[in-house]
Amino acid sequence: MSAQASARERGERVLRVALPVIVFAIVIAIWAAAVWFWQIKPYVLPTPSLVAHTLVADWPLLSRSLLITLITTVEGFVLAALGGFILAVLFDLSRYVEYSLYPYAVILQVTPVIAIAPLLLVYLAQPTAVLVCAWIVAFFPVLANTTLGLRSVDRNLADLFALYGASPARVMWDLKLPAALPHVLGGLRIAGGLSLVGAVAAEIAAGSGGAGSGLAFRIMEAQYRLNIPRMFAALLLLCVAGLVIFYLLALVNYLALRRWHESALDGER
Amino acid sequence: MTNVMMNAPSSGSPSLVALRGVGKAFPNGTLALNGLNLDVRRGEFLSLLGPSGCGKSTALRIIAGLSEPTRGGVEWAAVSAHTRTGDIGFVFQEPTLMPWTTVFNNVRLPLKLSGVAADKARQRVNAALERVGLHNFSTVYPRELSGGMRMRVSIARALVTEPELLLMDEPFAALDEITRFKLNDDLLTMWQSLGTTVVFVTHSVFESVYLSSRIAVMAARPGRIFTELAIDAPYPRGGDFRTSTEYAALCRRTSEALGGAMAAGAEP
Repeated sequence: MSAQASARERGERVLRVALPVIVFAIVIAIWAAAVWFWQIKPYVLPTPSLVAHTLVADWPLLSRSLLITLITTVEGFVLAALGGFILAVLFDLSRYVEYSLYPYAVILQVTPVIAIAPLLLVYLAQPTAVLVCAWIVAFFPVLANTTLGLRSVDRNLADLFALYGASPARVMWDLKLPAALPHVLGGLRIAGGLSLVGAVAAEIAAGSGGAGSGLAFRIMEAQYRLNIPRMFAALLLLCVAGLVIFYLLALVNYLALRRWHESALDGER
Repeated sequence: MTNVMMNAPSSGSPSLVALRGVGKAFPNGTLALNGLNLDVRRGEFLSLLGPSGCGKSTALRIIAGLSEPTRGGVEWAAVSAHTRTGDIGFVFQEPTLMPWTTVFNNVRLPLKLSGVAADKARQRVNAALERVGLHNFSTVYPRELSGGMRMRVSIARALVTEPELLLMDEPFAALDEITRFKLNDDLLTMWQSLGTTVVFVTHSVFESVYLSSRIAVMAARPGRIFTELAIDAPYPRGGDFRTSTEYAALCRRTSEALGGAMAAGAEP
């Protein structure tokens, strides 16, 4: 690679970080300017600096809520990952299991979780209901992607395994699972974000009746009290939590696939 | 599928495996093969030459046991009938390597599936890689190799069990000519040193004449053996053979046979 080309690539990398930061700064500046110019009241739209201030001032309260929401999200995600994965493997091993259960997996997926949550809250303690909601929304992408991955095995490789008399367990372990890995990881990336969505949706459905106090609950509570700066602060934390989950899973994806899969290869060939 | 032991070979060196009146109809009604008779003799380099769609690959898959004939049967010589697993190597048109693991693990696969212990396998894998000239690449991933090198890995994998029969399905069709010529020569060297029987599917007249001790020309619709040609030129063959008048004459004869086969299998 010529020095010129590598310099261009470096410039590209700097821009990828710098441009979003610049956009962020512009939006914040416009926001602050608009609040100042129209003299907007803080209970309608607080200034960015007030949001930041609230975040620091309310940190003891918000951090506790953040932790609760994150724990629910992670629990929901892990259960969804395990559930979706195991179910997909069972589907692959037996067509009859798939015929029996797949329609119900789809039904769980297409029914909006926000509509299921109130019903779950009738029967389950709030933390459990929130966890179940996180699980419901997150397990399907894992199931669907893993199922697809297990089916997208190179047919010639499958023939080769058959030629050498490989047992079904060997085929699963040495052929299907590695072949499915990129799809499984893709499913997990979607599931990570969705389990946060599920947890938040359930917390909102639980509303003020909820005993637990996740971030979404704090948002609802702050809304009732017209504490708009705290709503923004809590929202900001949810947003950061979502980003961290997304990039953590993207990192796992990269580390697992960088040696062999097209999706994770570095630019140079 | 019938699996009859054969007692006396009909002619020449004894048959390792024979297709007897093999027919193959696919579920959609296509008749891929009909009345196909073919003897694969022990130690020979046999090419199946024919136009695309004549069922060459199907015949190869039937020999491998990857596909069942709907009529007729496959007969194995008594001495090899009992050891099917690991006794057949198969090389596909694509290298068909596992992209998620190293060259070493790819070549080790047949041994792993046959339950050979890791320390015993190591030696054999290294020997197989040495044979194809890739002993320095065992820790590399397939995508880091060129097309020709990937095909070498594929051949090393097929030969790691030192199979009695090596089946190759147009393995070099996707490679450039320089790479193909080199692999042709290396394949012949390996064939001679290992004493393996090779069945090689190709649609190239020149490749089949260069490599084979015998060519079975196939006709299409339905697939069957049209004629067989013995290529008597002595081994080892090299660049001299490729440019000899004898080679040219053999190619002409084979081309004419293929022309006849294509006329016989033309669409009505």
